[in-house]
Parts: sequence; structure tokens; C-alpha cells
Amino acid sequence: MSVKILASLIPLLPFLGFIINGLGFRTIGKSLAATIGVSASVLSFGLSVWLFAAMTGSGVTTQEIHLFNWITTENTNISFSFLIDHLTLLFLLVVTGVGSLIHLYSAGYMHDDEGFGKFFSFLNLFLAAMLLLVMGNNFLVMFIGWEGVGLCSYLLIGFWNKNTAYNNAARKAFVMNRIGDLGFLLGIFLIYITFHSIDYNTVFSQALAGSPGEGVMVAITLLLFVGAIGKSAQVPLYTWLPDAMAGPTPVSALIHAATMVTAGIYMVIRANVLFSLAPFTLEFIGIVGLVTALLGASIGLLQNDIKKVLAYSTVSQLGYMFLALGVGAFTSSYFHVMTHAFFKALLFLGAGSVIHGMSGEQDIRFMGGLKSKMPITFITFLIATIAIAGIPPFSGFFSKDEILAQVFVHSPVMWGLAVVGSLMTSFYMFRLLFLTFFGTFRGTHQQAHHLHESPLSMTLPLLVLAVLSAAGGLINFPQLFGGGQWLAHFLAPVLGGEAHVAHLDHSTEWMLMGISTVGALASMGVAYSLYISKKQVPASDAVEKGMLSRLVYNKYYVDEIYDTLIVKPLSSLGSLISEFIDTYLVDGIVQLAGGLTIWVGRQMRYLQAGNTGFYVFSMVLGILIILTFNLLF
Amino acid sequence: MTEIPEIIRLVPLQHFMLLSAILFCIGVVGVLTRRNALIIFMSIELMLNAVNLMLISVSSYHSDSAAQVFVFFIMAVAAAEVAVGLAIIVMVYRNTRNIDVDFLNNLKW
Amino acid sequence: MAEKLFYFLSFLSILSALMVVFSRNPIHSVLYLILTFFSLSGHYVLLNAQFLAVVNIIVYAGAIMVLFLFVIMFLNMKTESEKPLSWLMKLSGTLAGGLLLVIFVGVIKQADRFVPSEVDFNSQVGLVENLGAVLYRDFLVPFELASVLFLAAMVGAVMLGRREVGERNF
Repeated sequence: MSVKILASLIPLLPFLGFIINGLGFRTIGKSLAATIGVSASVLSFGLSVWLFAAMTGSGVTTQEIHLFNWITTENTNISFSFLIDHLTLLFLLVVTGVGSLIHLYSAGYMHDDEGFGKFFSFLNLFLAAMLLLVMGNNFLVMFIGWEGVGLCSYLLIGFWNKNTAYNNAARKAFVMNRIGDLGFLLGIFLIYITFHSIDYNTVFSQALAGSPGEGVMVAITLLLFVGAIGKSAQVPLYTWLPDAMAGPTPVSALIHAATMVTAGIYMVIRANVLFSLAPFTLEFIGIVGLVTALLGASIGLLQNDIKKVLAYSTVSQLGYMFLALGVGAFTSSYFHVMTHAFFKALLFLGAGSVIHGMSGEQDIRFMGGLKSKMPITFITFLIATIAIAGIPPFSGFFSKDEILAQVFVHSPVMWGLAVVGSLMTSFYMFRLLFLTFFGTFRGTHQQAHHLHESPLSMTLPLLVLAVLSAAGGLINFPQLFGGGQWLAHFLAPVLGGEAHVAHLDHSTEWMLMGISTVGALASMGVAYSLYISKKQVPASDAVEKGMLSRLVYNKYYVDEIYDTLIVKPLSSLGSLISEFIDTYLVDGIVQLAGGLTIWVGRQMRYLQAGNTGFYVFSMVLGILIILTFNLLF
Repeated sequence: MTEIPEIIRLVPLQHFMLLSAILFCIGVVGVLTRRNALIIFMSIELMLNAVNLMLISVSSYHSDSAAQVFVFFIMAVAAAEVAVGLAIIVMVYRNTRNIDVDFLNNLKW
Repeated sequence: MAEKLFYFLSFLSILSALMVVFSRNPIHSVLYLILTFFSLSGHYVLLNAQFLAVVNIIVYAGAIMVLFLFVIMFLNMKTESEKPLSWLMKLSGTLAGGLLLVIFVGVIKQADRFVPSEVDFNSQVGLVENLGAVLYRDFLVPFELASVLFLAAMVGAVMLGRREVGERNF
């Protein structure tokens, strides 16, 4: 079959799954709904693998698939078309692969939920939108996918919609995304004004030819980055991500770890031509990424909800990815995206498994000693923790180390701060691991009674992801160890033909690797000593904390600041307008129109006196007037 | 073809139109100032005849017989109208015992 | 000669029309209206519209006015039965009519004097043969429809004039 049809099927199959499940989830049974949802995702994955094999085998680097002309006016022609190049292929594999695993996991995790079919339809819709995002050939198709994933994020966070707090979290996520989207849209407008097209090829070739000035490029890229700030939870638009943990755990795994939040990174890598021409923006991105990394890591140190720790960890790791983008290390950033997808999804799914086993308990202060009761979960969680801490030989070490090396070339100060963040990452992840799985059980008797390993549908994805987390480093094995850096070469066509990797001499690289590994192991040791040797358990919320720890524990009061500075003034403005301007001015005008008509009618009815003579008289008068006008004019 | 009649040579068409207009306006005054239904009806007949005069004079001056056919039909319609109108007036009299039009004012606000 | 005849007939018709409107006795109004019709027929004869002059007398003065007289006698109208209108209404009515006249005079004044061409002037237009030819050739359909109109008027008049059961016979 032709490439065009098969490539179009990749986003189409999940979309069909969405429609079928969405319309019929009440009538078809749970197993059928699950089958449709999972198979749509798995088939997409199969097609992505086929596409990958076909394109690498044939040596074609890019493939454009034109579906139909969408907006055609005199001087513009925006088409709905796909661009399949190496970057797209990689993202397709990650999105559909991890997506399929999470679909399979959800079949087990959400089994008792009554909105089971609805969940799968939303998941499929999300997959379709994300695939559209990465496959688009122009900024507009990407924006459609961008908005689509934002919508699905809202739908899935607020999935248990009877709970007002969850609804508020979903709304918060949507609104913050929207703020970012505004910047993104303005960026697209500016691109159109500057280049008279929003097609990738046209825009990038024009930019390379050097036509627009640097100020314009900085403006465009800053606006695009604002969109990425919202979508990928960077400072200051990151507070929605921890609140988004209100959704079911597979949602957190899929959307807020592996795929949606990486959309911003995809966008920057895709538009790397534009970003390379605006060094100011790259600096800005790097600084924002670094701040986010440190902020997220520091808050994660003291959180007690298993999912919140992972959420802040995600914020922090996303900061690292943007830091890498900021120093121009696009390949390293994508490498970290891939490995992060593997181990963060694994962490979330494992957390889901733990929560499932603990009958819904999420506070790690009430867990402990689970490693004997839930061995598979424990082993996979351990692997993921080691990976995220950056301890060799698992994948996280390679990707994070590459980022740190690139940052060191750019600025040693930033490298130092990044290493501090890495130490904090290792500490809080091992703290989570130790408190959850080691020690004695601190929960209730009922929970202990119910504790069991999760079913196969849940543990199988865990195992697959664990293998990927462990072995993922092979994708871009550095030359230091004799590897071929496959990823860098694979992405070279997208990044302007070069491998874009700054080169360090080997001794510096060994030194950097050594420092980060030792640091990670030292943090693990500190955590071990605190939580296993001294058997410390974090204090309950009733205990007074010191000022610094209170500040960090309450997330630096950022939410409260936003609430006071932005949310409250806006809502009071809204209620002012609704109570005064709407009621009196707008309604007043409308009622005035109606009242005027009624009043005029009341006066005019006196003309209908029933007196025929008067009627004839007015007829004659009318004729007089008409004839006079005719005569005179 | 034939000799032009004397009247057409001597009296301009405007005079006939003026006469017709005067008769028409007298009819209008009659409709507006009288309350007896029958007198009003007769004033309406007067108006119709004024129009007839106008049409016939125009027809003679322009030697166009279509206008005279039109007058023919106006007379036919006037006859039918008088028949029905008088029947209505008789009915009104039967119900209200007088034919003063000012008493027929039930169709009001 | 024709001129003098024209002015005399006009004077007569205007005078009798005024008397129609302003006389108190309805029977007098009817008689004056008949006089108006006669003078108008005189005008028609002057204009060589012979057929219509005769038809005018037969239909209008002969049939319609007789019908009016029937109804007046039938309803037994007296002179004093009509209450006059307030002077304001009369004034406004007269004013409206007068203004209409002024407008018409203004319109008529703007028309140019029409001089008929000597060559294709046909003074026999009003005669029966020519009128009949035009009527039955060009205007046959309206002619037939007029008969339907008469049928409807007849049916209407009969239906309206019927007495219901139990109605008072005055």
C-alpha cells in the first residue's frame, strides 16, 4: 500500500477508536471498548514501525504527504499535509509505543471504573491529536494537534468529574495551557507576516537565506517559546502540572510524563532553524530551563504524595530538556526526552500499581515495606529510579550526562547549578523509593490485607518499560565508550546537516561523568542513611516545620501568589462586569428597545378609533402627501 | 382620416381634466363630510363618473378606443358594487336601525 | 358653439354635484345625481362617444339611481335623521378635498397642450361598431370575467339580503 495511505492511517486509527468508543461506550461492553482502544494504539505503533523501517531502508530522509488544500485565498495556500522525517519518525515511535503500553496498562488499572469506555475514547483522541502534532507539515496542523492535546488533557484530568477539586485542576491546566497557546498563536501570526507562509520548508529555507532581521527572529522565537512554557510546564506556567495529578495515573503517565509535555520540545527541535538564528532566545530558554529544573527539584525534596513527587520530578526533568535546547544541544535534549519517556512512564505506572495495591492510598508516609508484597513493581521502580538518578549503566545516565557536558561547554556556572539539581533529583527519587518499598509497613490493617501484586495487564508494560529504561542508553551511545552515536546521526538531517554536538576532549568528559556519578551515588547514600538506617519518616502535616522547609513544602507559595495577583483581580473584574455593566447597561439597552416598542404601540393604537370617516380622511391625507412629493421632487 | 370634431379643436384637453378633477374632489368632500351611508355611496359614484369623464375625453382626443372599453368595465363594476353595497347597507340598518356610519365603530382598540 | 355648450354642461354638472353633497334631503341628492349623470352624458355626446353616452344613462341614471331610490324609500329616511358633524370635521374634510384639487390643478398645469395629428385621427372611435370590434376582439377575456363578476355580485346580494329564521321583521 502506498506510503500516503499508511501514514494517514497512523493518526486516523486512534481517531476512529475515539469515535467508536466515544459514541458507543455505554452500549458496547468493557472488554470490547478496551479492545478497540488498545488495538487502535497498537496498530498505530505497528504502522509507525513499518514506516520507520521503510524510510530508513529506502534512504529517503523526508517524505511529504499532501492530504488536501485547506485554506486557499489569493495569496496564501495552507494545506493539510504531513511531513515525515527522522524527527517525526522518532516521535511517532515513542508516542505510539509508550502510548500502547499505557493503553494496555489502563485496561487493567481502570477496570472497575464505570467510565471505562469513555476513558479509552479520550485516550485515543489524545493519541490522535499528539500524532497530528508531530506529523504536521506546517505550523497550523501542529497547532491543531497542540490544542487537541490540551483539550484531552482537560478531559482526562477531570475524568472523575464528580469531584470539584479535580474539575478545578483540569480547568487550571486548560487555562494555563491557553495562556501559552496565545503566545504560540501570536508567534504563528508573526511567522506568517514575516515569511508569508507557515509551511515548514518555506519558512526554514527563507530563514536560512537570511531575509528577516534578528529582532523579528527573536520576537518569533520568544512567542513560540511562550507556547512551550505553557505546554511543557516551565516557570512560570508550571503550577498546573502538579495539580494535574488529580487525573487517573495512566493519564499522568501518558500525558504528563511521556508525550504532551514534550510537545514544546518537539516544536523547538522542529523549528531549530529559527531558534538557531535567535541566540538571545536560546539563552533565555536555557535560563528558564535551569530555573525550572532547580525549582522543581527543590519542591520535590519534601513532598509526601507519591504522584506529586513524580510530578515535580517531571517539571524538573523538563527543565533539563529545555536547558539542553538552550545551549544548542538539540540531539541531547531529544535523547533525554526519549529516556525520560521510558523511565518516567515506568515510574508513574509503578506508582499507579502501588496505589492500586494500597487501595487508593497515595501518601508515602503510610507506605513502606512493599518490596516483598509487590516484587515486580519494586524491581521496575528500582530500575527507573536508578535511571532517573543518572547512575550508569542505565539510560538516564547517558542522556543526562550528555546534557551536562553540553552545558559545561556553554557555561560552567550553569553546569554547576545543573549538577546541584541532579543531586537533588537523585536524593528525592531514592527517598521516594526507600520510603515506599523499604522498612516496615505503616498503613492500616485493611490496606495490608488487601496488598497484592498487580495483574499481568499492568505488570507487562512495567517490564517492557524497565527493559527500555535500562537499555535506552544504546540509542546514543557516546563515542567515549566506542559507540556510534546513532541518534545524533539520525537526527542530523533535521538539524541542518551536522551532528551539532559540541566536542569535548576526552579527559574533561571523563571528569564530568565522574563528578555526576559520584554525586548521584552520594545523594543515594544520604537518602539511605536518613530513611533506612535512621528509619526517619517525614513528619505529618500537623507538626510545625522550620521556615525554610515550610516555604519549600508549600511550593514556595507560588499558587497563592498567582491567586492573589492574577486570579482574584480577574474574577472580581468579571463579577463587577456581570453585576453592573451586564445587568444595567447591556440588559438596559435591550429592555429599552422592547419598552420603546410597547410604548409606541400604546400610543399608536388610539389611531384605530373604529371611525370609518377618520380612516378615509387619513387615506386622503396620505394620498395628498404622496402626490405632493411626486409633484415637487 | 376624418375631420376633427369642433370640440376637440376648440377646447384643450386640460379643460376636461380640470372638470374631472373638480368633480372628483367634490366627491371626496362628500365622502369626508357626510355621515349618511347612502350619501357617501352616492359621492363615491360621483368620483367614479369623474374618472369616466377623464377617460372618455382622453380617448376621444387620442383616438384610442381602449380607454372607452375601460370605461365600459368601470360601469360594469360600479353596477355590481352598488348591488352588493346597498345589500350591506340594508343589513346594517336591520341590525342597528340607522345608517349613520359613526355607529359602526366596534373594530377599535 | 361647441365651446359654449361645453362650458354650459360643465357648469351644470358642477352645480348639480355640489347640490348632491350639500343637500339635506336624500331624495334631493338622488335627483341631483341623476341630473349630474345627464350632463355628463351630454359631455360624452359632445366628444362623439355615443355608445357610452347612452349606456351611461341607461345603467347609471336608469338602474343604479333607481336602486338607490328603492333603498331610500325602503329605509324611510327623513331629513332630520342625520346629525351633522362637528364643524372641525367638516372643515378638515373640505380642506382635504380642496388641497387635493390644488394638487390636481398643479399636475394638470404641467401638461403640454396636446394637438392631435390630422392624418391618423379617427373621430369614429366612440361609435358602436368600432367599440364592439375592439371589445370583442382585444378584450374578450375581461368581458367574460365581467360576467363572472356579476354572478358573484348577484349571489352576494341575495345571500346578504336573506332573512334568518327568527329574525325580527321590521
